[in-house]
Parts: sequence; C-alpha cells; structure tokens
Amino acid sequence: MAQTSITEDSIKAALTERLGASYVEVQDMSGGCGQSFTSLIVSPEFAGKNSLKRHRLVNAALKAEIAEIHAWSAKCQTPEEWEKERAATGGNDGPPLDGTADGKVTGVSQ
Amino acid sequence: MLARTVFSRQLVRPAARLAAIPTASPSFALSALQRRLLSDSTRQAIDKAVASAPVVLFMKGTPETPQCGFSRASIQVLGMQGVDPSKFAAFNVLEDPELRQGIKEYSDWPTIPQLYIDKEFVGGCDIIVSMHQSGELAKLLEEKKVLAVEEESVSAEGEKKE
Repeated sequence: MAQTSITEDSIKAALTERLGASYVEVQDMSGGCGQSFTSLIVSPEFAGKNSLKRHRLVNAALKAEIAEIHAWSAKCQTPEEWEKERAATGGNDGPPLDGTADGKVTGVSQ
Repeated sequence: MLARTVFSRQLVRPAARLAAIPTASPSFALSALQRRLLSDSTRQAIDKAVASAPVVLFMKGTPETPQCGFSRASIQVLGMQGVDPSKFAAFNVLEDPELRQGIKEYSDWPTIPQLYIDKEFVGGCDIIVSMHQSGELAKLLEEKKVLAVEEESVSAEGEKKE
C-alpha cells in the first residue's frame, strides 16, 4: 500500500480553505487496509442543502484526496446544527465511526 | 454481465409502518466528461443493475459475507429496516473491476457501498446510517413500498419505531 502525503492536518487545512469550514475534526481510522479518515465538518456552506448535497460538496472539494485513500467518512453540519447538537450531547459527538471496528476500518485491502 | 446476489433470508422483522410523508428527491446529473469516461457497455450494464430491483446496493462482498465494515453496516441497516428480500438486489463490486470503477463515475460518488432506491441514488454508508437514525430512511422505504409485510403477525401494526 503506497503511503500518501495525506494526513489529518492536510485534510483539515483543505476543508477549512475550500469549504470555508468554521470547525473541522479529522480522525485517522486506518486499519489494515490503507489510509482511512473520518471527519466532522462544520461549514455555513451546508445551509439549505440536504445530506446528499452536503456530501457531494465535500467529495468535490476533496476529490484528489479521496481518490488516493482507502476509506472516507464525513458528518456535515451547519454552525447552527453543530451548536445545537453540542448543547444537547455535551460536545461528545465527533466524526462518525459507523462501519468501523473500534474506530478502525476493517475489510479487504484490494 | 453483473452478478446479482439477493438476501437468502429475511434478516429481521419489518420496520414499523409509518405514514408516507413526501420527501425531497435527490437527483443527479452526469457531466459530459463523466459520460465520456464511462463506456457505453458499462453504463448500460449499470443501468440494468440499478433497475434490477426497487432497492439496490452496490457493496464489497455479499449480504451474507460483507467484505468491508461500511458494506456490513449498510446491509445491517437495510435488514433492520425490514426491506423485502424480493425487492432487493446486491451487487458485489469485488467480483467485477469494471463495475467497481464504473459505479463511482456513474453515481459521481467516490466510495462503496452505494444505495439506490427506485433507480435514484440515495447515498453511501454515512447517509444510510444517518437516515436510519433520523427516521428518514424508514419513511422513504415505506413510501416506496419496499418493506416486507408480515402478514401472519398481528403485532406488526402495534410495533413502535425504535
């Protein structure tokens, strides 16, 4: 598996710049099958867009990066939604880990 | 051309019946560039696959033996929702490199799994799971009439959504 120059920090920087994100959490969830990341992205650009459109916006902004890594997961919220959820959960709700085993991606490496 | 596998058994109980509420339908359009990248034969094969059942999942592995955690989570959600096995088809992208690459261009979506309902792209694992948690998926599946009906059970109507 070729290592890329993609890191939590480089993805965070890209999202902050390209999506005007006000808050980004990127978490490495690489398991045995290559580089994988999950993220919580807060951007005013998500306002008025449904979940699919938000993910498409993120996929487009990170097209080159996602093409190089093995797995990518994202949760996309507007600043208002994020504030509301933080107030409700006490700030414990980070990037999604559904489909991972204890935060690590498992599966085929091909 | 594309191998189709179906649920060999009903996975779990049907989801609670909910009133059909219209939801906004996501739509996608392919750019001219994407059309050029995807060969006509692959596009036609994927057209057929997408139309092969009301609920179609492109995944890694099979429903019985998913080969990736995200595909496994997606299959589990569809099972928990009570999707009718006769209205469901799964396509294993690991068996077909052309499908594996082609479906990403076809849907303009970079990852697997991918869910289609009534030939419309719904999303990948993140969207499937969040729609499951919010109740949107139950509404959509109910609206599309793709849930298994438990005819013999009298308790089905009284079930509450979890």
